[in-house]
Amino acid sequence: MSALFENRDLVVPGDVLYEGRIRTGDNTFRFEGKVCANRIGLVNYTQNMVSVIALEAGFNPLSGDLVIGDIIEIELGRWLVDIDTPEDAQLNVPDAIDSPFRSDIVMPDILDVGDTIVAKIVDMDRRGTPILSILGRSLGKIEEGFMMRLTPSKIPRLIGKKGSMVNMILKETGCSIIIGQNGRVLINGKTREQEMQAVSVIEKIDKEAHISGLTNRVQEYLKTIKEENR
Amino acid sequence: MSKSKRSRKKKFERYDGREATELRPITIESGVLPNADGSAYIEMGLNKIVVGVFGPREMHPKRLAKPNMATVRCRYHMAPFSVDPRRSPAPSRRDNEISMVMRYALEPAIFVERYPRSAIDVYAEIIQADGGTRTACINAATVALVDAGIPMRDLVASCAAGKMDDNLILDLGDYEDKEGQADIPVAYMPKLNKITLLQMDGMVSKDEFESCVNMAIDGCNQIYEIQREALKKKYGLDEQPQEEN
Repeated sequence: MSALFENRDLVVPGDVLYEGRIRTGDNTFRFEGKVCANRIGLVNYTQNMVSVIALEAGFNPLSGDLVIGDIIEIELGRWLVDIDTPEDAQLNVPDAIDSPFRSDIVMPDILDVGDTIVAKIVDMDRRGTPILSILGRSLGKIEEGFMMRLTPSKIPRLIGKKGSMVNMILKETGCSIIIGQNGRVLINGKTREQEMQAVSVIEKIDKEAHISGLTNRVQEYLKTIKEENR
Repeated sequence: MSKSKRSRKKKFERYDGREATELRPITIESGVLPNADGSAYIEMGLNKIVVGVFGPREMHPKRLAKPNMATVRCRYHMAPFSVDPRRSPAPSRRDNEISMVMRYALEPAIFVERYPRSAIDVYAEIIQADGGTRTACINAATVALVDAGIPMRDLVASCAAGKMDDNLILDLGDYEDKEGQADIPVAYMPKLNKITLLQMDGMVSKDEFESCVNMAIDGCNQIYEIQREALKKKYGLDEQPQEEN
């Protein structure tokens, strides 16, 4: 009946985190009455739950998530989109052009294989395949910008509490940033220098997301790279 | 009689001067390939192996996807220059068998049932071979799977034990593998206390077999600690300079 690690210790899969009755949170499983980690991450003990904040994890799609993906295939009436999920997502014609599918629609004219889109997961079908939609503001085909990837489990740190981190980067670099929950980030700046500033900051967040005091360090880092450019 | 006396007099020495129960020096590094979802590089003695992991991702061809769980696919491949007489890069019967053996060793540790109809691909590339490549591949593949963020029950550590000149030895090198009397590779999950791979080639008695397996499990426990350190190193080193500031 006790915690076997300190709060926020680094644990690897198979580590026994707790023995006794307790609720199991994210990235944990129960084995012979013990609670074990199943991903590498930082252990988090609360009053009645043990969970692991994963440092490496794939994208687990949920309806409502904003994602960035590539069109990989065109089928009759729908596109298949790679959004780094275990299964490719579907984008149906009514969710792309707001009208039902007719045989005279030329699908590659709307979206072609290789196009990149910003989309929203509207639903998961009964097999768990994500269903996308590009109807809505700031959704749709991406025409320009700089795309980068980071580990999907670090997206919450990039956004920060109520968007504090991303707003700071927006303000300091002057770029517009679209963050897909699947770990792809689209950066759009007025100049190449602005974009490279944002890229280097996001790379820093990806590398140091697990160390406390991230916001302050990023703030300092933004200041130093701005002075370097001056 | 006289033969056994002579062998008892002269202390057994391994060709590289190791103790009978000593492992070769092992270094593992995780996250070496930016293009793979997870990766690891291992040096186990003179073995040099890179492992890349992809997935869980859409399974192609789709008809081979399992409806209730993820498919783990392994590829064991030796580079043409990894052994002294050049080796054909085409997959051989031996490569196919070791690929299968790797899959059997790793699959029990992965939560495959969480990703139905998808595939997890493990590619092991042997750059340099020095005996015991399958155990080294399993060690590196485990680290790469964790680095890919795939949920795992435990790490899989792997190590061989065997017999050479009537002595039981741990972690056989190339020469011992070829000239020895027996080779028993074992893969083991230390926290769950389960063996996921057990092969044998050669001849040993029942008692010798049991002590070989126990020796190999001891070796696996040592490798497990090295794997843990390798995984933590990727994050731990970033932490130190920050604390100094």
